[in-house]
Amino acid sequence: MRFTKAQALAVILLLALSLAACGGDDDDGAEVEVAEQPEFAAGTTMAKLSEAGKVTIGVKYDQPGIGFLEPGADEPSGLDIEIAKIIAAELGIAPEDIAWKETVSDNREPFLQNGTVDMVLASYSITDERRNVVGQAGPYYVTGQQLLVRTEDAEKITGPNDLDGVKVCSVTGSTSIETVTKEYDAKPVPFDTYSDCVTQLQNGSVDAVTTDGAILLGYAAQAPDELKVVGEAFSEERYGVGYKKGDDEMCTFITDTLQTAIDDGEWAKAFEATLGQSGVETPEPPKLDECK
Amino acid sequence: MPDYLPELADRLLDGFLVTLRLLALSGLLATAIGTVLAAMRVSPIAPLRAFGTSYVNVFRNTPLVVLFLIAVVGLPAVGVLQGSFFSRAVAALSVYTAAFVCESLRSGINTVDPGQAEAARSIGMTFGKSLRIVILPQAFRAVIPPLASVYIALAKNTSVAGAFGVTEATYQLSNLNRDFPDELYLSFLGIALGYIVIVAVISGTANRLERRVAVGR
Repeated sequence: MRFTKAQALAVILLLALSLAACGGDDDDGAEVEVAEQPEFAAGTTMAKLSEAGKVTIGVKYDQPGIGFLEPGADEPSGLDIEIAKIIAAELGIAPEDIAWKETVSDNREPFLQNGTVDMVLASYSITDERRNVVGQAGPYYVTGQQLLVRTEDAEKITGPNDLDGVKVCSVTGSTSIETVTKEYDAKPVPFDTYSDCVTQLQNGSVDAVTTDGAILLGYAAQAPDELKVVGEAFSEERYGVGYKKGDDEMCTFITDTLQTAIDDGEWAKAFEATLGQSGVETPEPPKLDECK
Repeated sequence: MPDYLPELADRLLDGFLVTLRLLALSGLLATAIGTVLAAMRVSPIAPLRAFGTSYVNVFRNTPLVVLFLIAVVGLPAVGVLQGSFFSRAVAALSVYTAAFVCESLRSGINTVDPGQAEAARSIGMTFGKSLRIVILPQAFRAVIPPLASVYIALAKNTSVAGAFGVTEATYQLSNLNRDFPDELYLSFLGIALGYIVIVAVISGTANRLERRVAVGR
C-alpha cells in the first residue's frame, strides 16, 4: 500500500513538473540578434567557435536573477545567461546552439583550463588571484555585498560593523563569507546554497545571510514581512567573463561586444529582463577594463 | 594575499581540528548508542530485539545527507535540536554510525560459541553479567577490524558537515580554492593528506590492538 502511494505521488509530481515546464515559455528574457556569418581572423578562438556553430558556456544554476535553472525548465535564465547569449550571437551562434554547463565556484578555473567550457559567466567576480590563472573580461555588472536579516533584528544589525561574533551564513567558498569573517569577525556558517542559508535565517539558527545585494533582494522580495536587506554595500564585486588565459584576441572580442551591448541598449534590456524584474532600477552600465 | 604554504598549513590545522572534534564526539556517542543497541539485538527480550532491529534498519538504510537535512533543517524548524550547527552534525553522524557499530558488535558476539553463554548462565550469571564478563571480551577480538572500518568511514563522513554550517576541513578546502586558484592541486593534496593521516592513525591503532588481544591458536 505504502509503495503504491509513493509511486502515485512521484507520478503526480512528475506530471506537475512537466506542466510547469510547458508553461514557462513566455518569459525567455530579451531577444538577441544573431550575427550572420561574422568574419574573424583565421586561427582565433572566435573563428573556431563561429565555424563550429556552437559554444559551451559555464553558468550557475542556483542564483535567481543571475544564473538559475528553474525546476522543470530546459534552460537556465538570468543576467549571466542574457549576456552569454549576446556574446554568442556576436559569434553567429543562436541561443539554442549554446551548450550550458553548470559550474560551481570550485570548478570554474579547471573548466576553463582544460577546455570543458569555452567561457564562464557565473557571477564570476574579477580578482587579481583569478587573473593569474584565467582571463577575465568585463566587468559586465558591478554589485556589492550586503546583509539579509530578520525584520525584527533590522535595528540591531544595521551594517557589517554589527557582525562581531554574529553567526552569518553564506555559501561555502564564496568571497562574501571571507569578507565578513576576516574583516568583521563574524562567525562563518557555510552552506551549499543561498536558499539553505535563508531557511536557517528564518528558523533563527543564524542571524544574517550575506552575499551580493542583487541575490539578497530576490529573497527579501519572497518574504517581505519576515526578511530585510540592511545597510549599504560594503564590498565591490565585478562580474567578469572568464576565458582561457592568454587568449588576448578573445578578450578584445568580449570587451568590444560588451561595449557595443552597453552602447546600443542591449545591456539595459538584458538587465531589465532579469534582475530588473525584482523592481531594482537599471544601474549605470559599468566601465569595462582594458585588455592587456 | 599572504603566502600560500603558511596559509595552507594554518587553515588545514583549523579545519582538521574541527574535523577531529566531530570525529571524536560522534565516535564516542555512536559507540555508546551502538553498544546498547547490540545488547538489545542479542537480548532475550523480544520487544528490545525488535527495537534494535528497527533502529538498524531505519538508520543504516537512510542516506547520511538525508539525516543531516533532518537534523540541521527539519528538526530545528519544529523546535527540536536548536543548538549549534556542530551539535546538530554530531547528532546526525552519531545516530547514523551507531547502526553500523551495532552490527559490527553483533557480528562479533555471534562469533562467540553459544556454549560460552550457556555455561555462563548455568553457573548463575545474569544476562548482563554474562555479556559483560564472558561474551563481550571474547567478541571484542573479532570486532576490531570491522569496527575500525566503521570509524574510518565516520572520519570521512564528517566532511558532509562542511555543507551544513560546520567549518571543518572540507570547508577550508573551498576557501583555499577561492583564495589560491592557481594552487588547486596542492590544496587538494593537502586536504587528502590530512584525511589519510587520520585514517592511518585509526587503522594503525586497530592493528596494534588486534595483535595485542590475539590468541595463539
